Amino acid sequence: MMSTATEPVLDLIGIGKSFVGVTALQDARLRLWPGEVHALMGQNGAGKSTLIKVLTGVHPADSGTMRLAGREIRPESPQAAQALGIATVYQEVNLCPNLSVAENILAGRMPRRWGWIDWRAVRRLALASLEPLQIELDPDRTLGEYPVAVQQMVAIARAVSQDARLLILDEPTSSLDEAETERLFTVMRRLKARGVAILFVTHFLEQAYAMADRITVMRNGRVVGEHPSAELSRLQLVSLMVGRTLEAADLAGARAPKAQPRALMQASGLGRRGSLQPLDLTINSGEVLGLAGLLGSGRTEAARLLFGADRADSGEIRLDDAPLRLHSPRDALNAGIAFCPEERKTEGIVAELSVRENIVLALQARRGVFRHLGAREQRELAERYIAALGIKTADAETPIGQLSGGNQQKAIIARWLATQPRLLILDEPTRGIDVAAKQEIMERVLALCGEGLAIVFISAELEEVLHTSHRIVVLRDRRKVAELPAETLDEAGLLRIIAGHDAATEQAA
Amino acid sequence: MRLTKSPQFWPALVLLLLLVANGVLNPQFFALTWRDGHLYGALIDILNRAAPLMTVALGMTVVIATRGIDISVGAVVAIAAAVAASLIGGKLVIVDGQQVHAPSVAMPLALLAALAAAALCGLFNGLLVASVGIQPIIATLILMVAGRGIAQLITGGQIITIYHPPYFFIGAGHLLGLPFALWLVAALLALMAWLKHRTALGLFIQASGGNPAAARLSGINARGLLIAVYAFCGLTAGIAGLMISSNVKSADGNNAGQLLELDAILAVTLGGTSLLGGRFSLRGSVLGALIIQTLTSTIYSLGVPPEVNLVFKAALIFVVMLLQSADFRASLTDTAPASGLEPPLMALWWAAKGDWDQAHKIVQDESDAKAAWVHAYLHRVEGDLGNAGYWYRQAGQPVAKDSLEAEWERIVSALLGSGKT
Repeated sequence: MMSTATEPVLDLIGIGKSFVGVTALQDARLRLWPGEVHALMGQNGAGKSTLIKVLTGVHPADSGTMRLAGREIRPESPQAAQALGIATVYQEVNLCPNLSVAENILAGRMPRRWGWIDWRAVRRLALASLEPLQIELDPDRTLGEYPVAVQQMVAIARAVSQDARLLILDEPTSSLDEAETERLFTVMRRLKARGVAILFVTHFLEQAYAMADRITVMRNGRVVGEHPSAELSRLQLVSLMVGRTLEAADLAGARAPKAQPRALMQASGLGRRGSLQPLDLTINSGEVLGLAGLLGSGRTEAARLLFGADRADSGEIRLDDAPLRLHSPRDALNAGIAFCPEERKTEGIVAELSVRENIVLALQARRGVFRHLGAREQRELAERYIAALGIKTADAETPIGQLSGGNQQKAIIARWLATQPRLLILDEPTRGIDVAAKQEIMERVLALCGEGLAIVFISAELEEVLHTSHRIVVLRDRRKVAELPAETLDEAGLLRIIAGHDAATEQAA
Repeated sequence: MRLTKSPQFWPALVLLLLLVANGVLNPQFFALTWRDGHLYGALIDILNRAAPLMTVALGMTVVIATRGIDISVGAVVAIAAAVAASLIGGKLVIVDGQQVHAPSVAMPLALLAALAAAALCGLFNGLLVASVGIQPIIATLILMVAGRGIAQLITGGQIITIYHPPYFFIGAGHLLGLPFALWLVAALLALMAWLKHRTALGLFIQASGGNPAAARLSGINARGLLIAVYAFCGLTAGIAGLMISSNVKSADGNNAGQLLELDAILAVTLGGTSLLGGRFSLRGSVLGALIIQTLTSTIYSLGVPPEVNLVFKAALIFVVMLLQSADFRASLTDTAPASGLEPPLMALWWAAKGDWDQAHKIVQDESDAKAAWVHAYLHRVEGDLGNAGYWYRQAGQPVAKDSLEAEWERIVSALLGSGKT
């Protein structure tokens, strides 16, 4: 598996980094050997990007040492890192699509002759850079004429043609289809054979196992494990990624007392091309339905279809046994469905408007233009929810943009509770919120469930999903793969289902 | 102190200065006389001349609040004027030896048709923006270019002179001593203020402009809203078209409302409504229109050649825009508080400037009761009442219940009164 080299190409020890009071990296360790593909994995916010930015000189590290081929380095800019032999290709190709392939590969270091650019040499050097990757391209053609996957390979060719010892690929496959991914992998294998160490950042399990010799997993700014991929089961990997602080504390007790469930909404064959395979869902009043799955599994997509935020292109939804057509969020609102979106800043708050205006927005939208809530009604409503949800704000007239994330989130939940919905869909309601506020939000929402509200709850935190849901639907690769009552599940069991097929065999072993 | 924070402060100040300058140059400027039951004077004249611009600026305000823009209003003015004039046109007939004008269509019908045509133009813009999804500036550019052609077609390429005296009332008549056009503007402003504050339209428009995605997910019918807003803007252009054509007693498809769109956009931005959408101010736009008209009148009264007028206008707008930019203001006024201030006062100075962090840093390093009081105030500003409560106790002050502005001033006066610096 490993080359015979006795010295790692890259050795990061005890890297720490914090941004104004937020610890992004703590005692991070990363080691790469020559000719190795090393996967770096972790959920969003685990610290992968920060680690790479420290490594490539975008941010200086607060502590720790970095060694490249045994020599201590301290790159102060991406250019400095590049000069040291650390090449990086980002998710979004940052080349110039309006220039030729050759110009892109050699930008900034064009060969000159008599002060003029030597175009024949440009062409020759470009071909020479592409040759070891065995990519056949016309170096004179405009880069933009090639598909994204090819552009990405040009970016790689550009990166490694500068004598890179270490190539960092930051989620290179997220916009590639299967065939393109395979081509990229071929290129990676060739580079590997030439002794280049590749740091492969991805959140696709399959790809990590297909390519990586070893896997480093990060969580909450720390490295939680470094394992040869052959010795790390998928289950272990997912466990490491999502973390398991399984306190055997009486989970069932925390759940809201289940009122007699009554089918409220039934979706059958609900799907949308390219985002969600058709699935069936039943949502009951007085019940929390958890949607679990990794990032990109389709959990958010499912929620958006249930709210009409995206239009389904197959299947039907029945509410109270009557067909319900959702053309827009407005239809959902009128049917008593509420949705707190995942992206609070871009889809939730209207930053310059006051807390009061943000809270009354959906209720007013439901009432229409002319059944206007009077100034006093608005103020009372806002103050009631500010008190009920414990929103910390100077007063109801403060622009919501000035509040902390947790308080903004509470205001968005208040916006929806004010409409007295029958179904509340919460997409990552506790993301980026400190622990106390998290607990508070969930408790208040669950109390409402006890009063007959149906809740669809989405969270990347398995513990949270298990803790609060009565029933759990697991999604993987944009497909529903399981539906189980929560009391029959523990975290390990849920992990197994999320991680996928090899789990069963492992359990047998 | 806090007055300067109002977005309308600077434009109001500029208008005031312009008026004062006029008063100095022309002692008769502020004089108002009552003649034949009408009020006359330079001020009334400016107001009256600004009426079409104020009207269009009010319509433009709501369009801009949705992150849009309508550059076709000048052309729509011409279309409305052309429709009204061609319908009222009629013939001159001799009745009892006197030349009398006989309109071909009853005036109310003609007015209604003109306004309907203008609203239809706005509706067309709204459909292009909301349903077809064309960028507002491009969508309305279509009508801006085509509109003058349409107006020319309606007038048959001629300047139509209007002979029907009742029509002149709109732009030149008086009601209760004041020009009738001003009453129209007042009514429009009142209607819009009512729609803004007494219906949900104000909230919906500001939410859609502030964050379109959030507004949609909150169930606001963004498409219907946009179409209505553009149609309304077209309607205001129609009203302005009636005012203008009535005032000059003719309809000129080529020149009526020329460049009015630019003045309207300027008026709206001068009034403090951001081109990025969101919060809008109706008062501000009226103020902006008055600045533009006052400046124009001033330049004419100074005897400056009209060609230079535009340069003056540009310069003034540049100055007002700079003043409205918070960053620029900060760099103009002191960038640091006067030296020798006590730390708590210095913190309050930073707080008033909006630099909470700087203010907080100062009081954190101080331990006396005065600093604790300011510290409490800062946490109250932040909304962290628990923390504020702690510092109020440290300061030995009661927990403030009044507005933040009032408390700020209370602390400043208390601190200034106590320590001689």
